Amino acid sequence: MIQLQGLTKRYGSFTAVDALDLDVPAGELFGFLGPNGAGKTTTLRMIAGILRPSSGTVRIGGIDVNANPTAAKAKLGYIPDRPFIYEKLSGAEFLRFVAGLYSQEGATVERRMDELLALFDLSEWKHELVESYSHGMRQKLIIASAFLHRPEVIVVDEPMVGLDPKAARILKDLFREYTRRGHTILMSTHTLEIAEDVCDRIAIIQGGRIRASGTVDELMASAAALGQHGLESYFLQLTGERAARELVEVLDA
Amino acid sequence: MPEAVADAPLPAPTLAHVLSPKLRTVRNRSRATESQRGAAWRWVLLVVIGAAFWAGVILVLVRLLRYFKNTPEIGALLAGKLLGLVFLSFFAILLLSNIITALSSYFLARDLDMLASAPVDWLTLYGAKLIETLVHSSWMVVLMAVPILAAYGYVYEGGVSFVLLALGTMLPYLIIPAAVGAALTLLLVNIFPARRTRDLLSVVTLLAVGALVVLFRLLRPEQLARPEGLRSLVDFIALLRTPTSPFLPSDWVQRAIMSALTDRLDVLPLYLLWSTAAAAVVLGAILHRALYAGGFSKAQESAQQWARSGALPRLGRMALAPLGTLRRELVCKEVRVFFRDTTQWSQLILLAVLVVVYVFNVKFLPLRGQGIGFMLVNIVPFLNLGLSGFVLASIAARFIFPSVSVEGRTLWLLKSSPLPMRELLWSKYWTGTLPLLGLALLIVGVTDALLQVSPFIYAVSVFSIMFLTFAVAGMALGLGAIFPRYESESAAQIPTSFGGLVFMLSSAVLIGAVVLLEARPVYSYLSQEAFGTVADPTDMVIGFALALAVCLAGTFVPLTVAVRRLDRLEL
Repeated sequence: MIQLQGLTKRYGSFTAVDALDLDVPAGELFGFLGPNGAGKTTTLRMIAGILRPSSGTVRIGGIDVNANPTAAKAKLGYIPDRPFIYEKLSGAEFLRFVAGLYSQEGATVERRMDELLALFDLSEWKHELVESYSHGMRQKLIIASAFLHRPEVIVVDEPMVGLDPKAARILKDLFREYTRRGHTILMSTHTLEIAEDVCDRIAIIQGGRIRASGTVDELMASAAALGQHGLESYFLQLTGERAARELVEVLDA
Repeated sequence: MPEAVADAPLPAPTLAHVLSPKLRTVRNRSRATESQRGAAWRWVLLVVIGAAFWAGVILVLVRLLRYFKNTPEIGALLAGKLLGLVFLSFFAILLLSNIITALSSYFLARDLDMLASAPVDWLTLYGAKLIETLVHSSWMVVLMAVPILAAYGYVYEGGVSFVLLALGTMLPYLIIPAAVGAALTLLLVNIFPARRTRDLLSVVTLLAVGALVVLFRLLRPEQLARPEGLRSLVDFIALLRTPTSPFLPSDWVQRAIMSALTDRLDVLPLYLLWSTAAAAVVLGAILHRALYAGGFSKAQESAQQWARSGALPRLGRMALAPLGTLRRELVCKEVRVFFRDTTQWSQLILLAVLVVVYVFNVKFLPLRGQGIGFMLVNIVPFLNLGLSGFVLASIAARFIFPSVSVEGRTLWLLKSSPLPMRELLWSKYWTGTLPLLGLALLIVGVTDALLQVSPFIYAVSVFSIMFLTFAVAGMALGLGAIFPRYESESAAQIPTSFGGLVFMLSSAVLIGAVVLLEARPVYSYLSQEAFGTVADPTDMVIGFALALAVCLAGTFVPLTVAVRRLDRLEL
């Protein structure tokens, strides 16, 4: 459902994403795991059609995002990590506007809007302007907007940031149920527990390259083969164990 | 847990330290601009425009002041009066600008959360924000004042000491409205209910309208323009000698400068300027200490405004239904965001007043009576077309030019959706153009009716202003997308950017070109009507066709480039 081929993004001499190849089939929840600055957000933004790749291709449901952006994006829902939305629209107006961007309207949209708002405890805030929403509420509203038009693919950047435990739990359940119904989700996170908890497959990304990928069990097996106990030590080994060790030295200094 | 050891208190951040991010931002932005393609041309363009503007002001003023200087008795008085009027207008602009800027810098700026939570001394915060407010509000006035003062210094041979005097008077003159503006904003924020703080601007605008009327009465321009209405020259000199506004800093600046240039420096106005500036800053600081914490806290409270779903929005949605879901939602969003943003719609009040003032000025033009021929009555409305064009361009700069930039933080949504950028731009175009067109037709229609022009001129004016509106709106939106300011904190800052300047210049060129191209056919027609000469139809067709072509190019070229830019835009 999501195919990346040789996906590369360069900013001058700096390569943020380096010849990434990836194939996420329909019905899978795939996790990008990596430290800050690893290239996760850049990759996701290229998939969402916000950034243009320096080279390589992104296909959503077989459609090239850069060659045929309108058709590819119609299959996509994108949830950014920073919830910037129109401050002067109410929650309901914002959702209606997003539905309109996908040329959807009418009773079905209204019903689905109410369901999603209720799911995230936003029903009471439906007619209030977004400027009075908290960070977490804005994040929930954006998540609701991404599910509104039932996209085949959802690309989500750090979904749990700013959410309360209840909303985080609801979101995990929602993600699992959504993929069980044949949809595809690609999410990025730097939290190991979340990746272990919800993802079918995980790719560990560092320096714009995939260092390891597979199911949690497969990654555990690879870790064990290298003498590491658990995903965390494996992750640290792949992404910069030295830094974690230096921490102790810094604190003791 | 071990007992906490009391550390020596850390030194509080200094004023320079609190201001340093702003200075670094300016430096980094100019460095970033330098590394962009075509940066050198931008600077050349800016320097050329700036130099041409200053040279123009200096040349006109030097001519006028030389004429005054050679007029015995009243020459120096007239020069002083003129300086007083200029500085009085500047003072009104400065006060209004400082009130608006202070609201943003003291209460709504993004760095305030960090500063409020850091151990920054109240006086440091007051000083840093006062300097920030002063610089943001005053730079345009300073750019205007430099050539004016230079012309005075040159004509009256002020020498090097005049430069020092000008600096010594200008500094307190700028500090006073900044301190007073900041204090007024502080009081207003505290008086206003917390949830309406952001609506303050509408009140400020209404105050500004009031101030405009008062200022107009203070200036009493009709008396100066009609000296023959006074009984004698003695009365006229007496009028000139009377200070326009003896309690305002503008008058003190005028008295200090003119006394030094024409006779001997009168130090009283200088004392008044500096002591008032010092008093304003001290009183402002006292007020800040007493009221700022409460006011800031109130300003942070949520607006909690409920979106009304009355009959009007429903009717609007029904009326827009033929456009289809996507376009209707885009237009609805534009309208909602505009009318819920006080910083945007409150400018409409000021605009309405300006339009009324403009129409009334046309109404009182002395175009009737003996010696006023058919030609003049019809040429003036034709030139009125150019002026109306400039009025429309400045409105478009305020409302249409920032339209793409204000999407900055939400572009992720539009770019990741299947919305073609062409649709976005054209929706914005029509949402901005139709009200502008209504206004344009109203201005030209009413002024032409008041002037009782011939049907031909009426038709030329109406069609020309229509196509000019299309072109001006196209250039505003297109250049706004080509030179965007996505990081701007408010829409009001965007028109004063480099792109805004480019837009105003391009509009001036476009309007000038249209007026010039139509001048020949209009002159041919008027000569035929007035003197019976035969007009060449080919001349008329070519003139009007070229004007139309210029307007169409002005509409489509910037929009096409803008669509391409937005398609290629990376966030």
